[in-house]
Amino acid sequence: MALKAIVHVGLKPGVLDVQGKAVANALQGLGFVDVEDARVGKVIEIDMAGQDRAAAYDKVREMCESLLANTVIESYRIEIAQ
Amino acid sequence: MRSAVIVFPGSNCDRDCATSLERVTGQAPTMVWHAETELPDRLDLVVLPGGFAYGDYLRSGAMAARSPVMAAVKQHAEDGRLVTGICNGFQILTECGLLPGALMRNVTMRYICKDTPLAIENADTAFTRAYGDIEETVMPVGNGDGRYFADDDTLAALEDSGRVVFRYLDNPNGSSNDIAGIMNARGNVLGIMPHPDRCADPAIGRTGGWAFFRSLAEATA
Repeated sequence: MALKAIVHVGLKPGVLDVQGKAVANALQGLGFVDVEDARVGKVIEIDMAGQDRAAAYDKVREMCESLLANTVIESYRIEIAQ
Repeated sequence: MRSAVIVFPGSNCDRDCATSLERVTGQAPTMVWHAETELPDRLDLVVLPGGFAYGDYLRSGAMAARSPVMAAVKQHAEDGRLVTGICNGFQILTECGLLPGALMRNVTMRYICKDTPLAIENADTAFTRAYGDIEETVMPVGNGDGRYFADDDTLAALEDSGRVVFRYLDNPNGSSNDIAGIMNARGNVLGIMPHPDRCADPAIGRTGGWAFFRSLAEATA
């Protein structure tokens, strides 16, 4: 059995997300009046060899820092699943 | 001047840059494929051209910034020699850490392709000296992710040290402080969203970019 890493990448709070704004506007236009704001992010699923969850987490963190997220504007969250 | 233009899969202004360099400086650049790990010897200038390198997958410039040739480009910059990134090239320079900040989706959510008036905010750089007393020029932009963003401390540092080199007079994309082009602290790496390479030839009308390339030639003479 391999591990699956699920990485959520999104713009940091306070960083203007124009795509999210457009989505929120569109939802409001469709009559969803409860919508106050929306943020758009990315989900990246990575299949990994091995069983060691802690080691996988550390590796994926390294991936986030070196490529998957631009930490000037984005933050990330990692889940390790079976 | 010995120059090189890096060609990534998806670059589309590499030939504009090559033609501009040759027209203005009289010397054709070497075209260097992104998979190379070395640059030509005794190189004065590296140009990262516009386009959509690697399809701009993940983020604009993200993949290109980590391609094999970039280690050599960083070394070239570290040696104090000149690097300029135009449009997608600017995005690559921020993604690889040679310049601060990031280029984000235009506030209009639209791809913008039009002539933009610019103020030359610092005429005492290797990239602008040939503009002389000319304080304003016009260059075309063509981008979807052209909104320059940096945190307040970074913006203050850029402003205080004369590193905002080009500024929009009519900000088309929501860039912080109307920033169109910045350079590093050492003054040898510059990123610019508008395209000097698309306006350096009198035959096609606009010539706002001519002095940009002339400056580079003079800086390395």
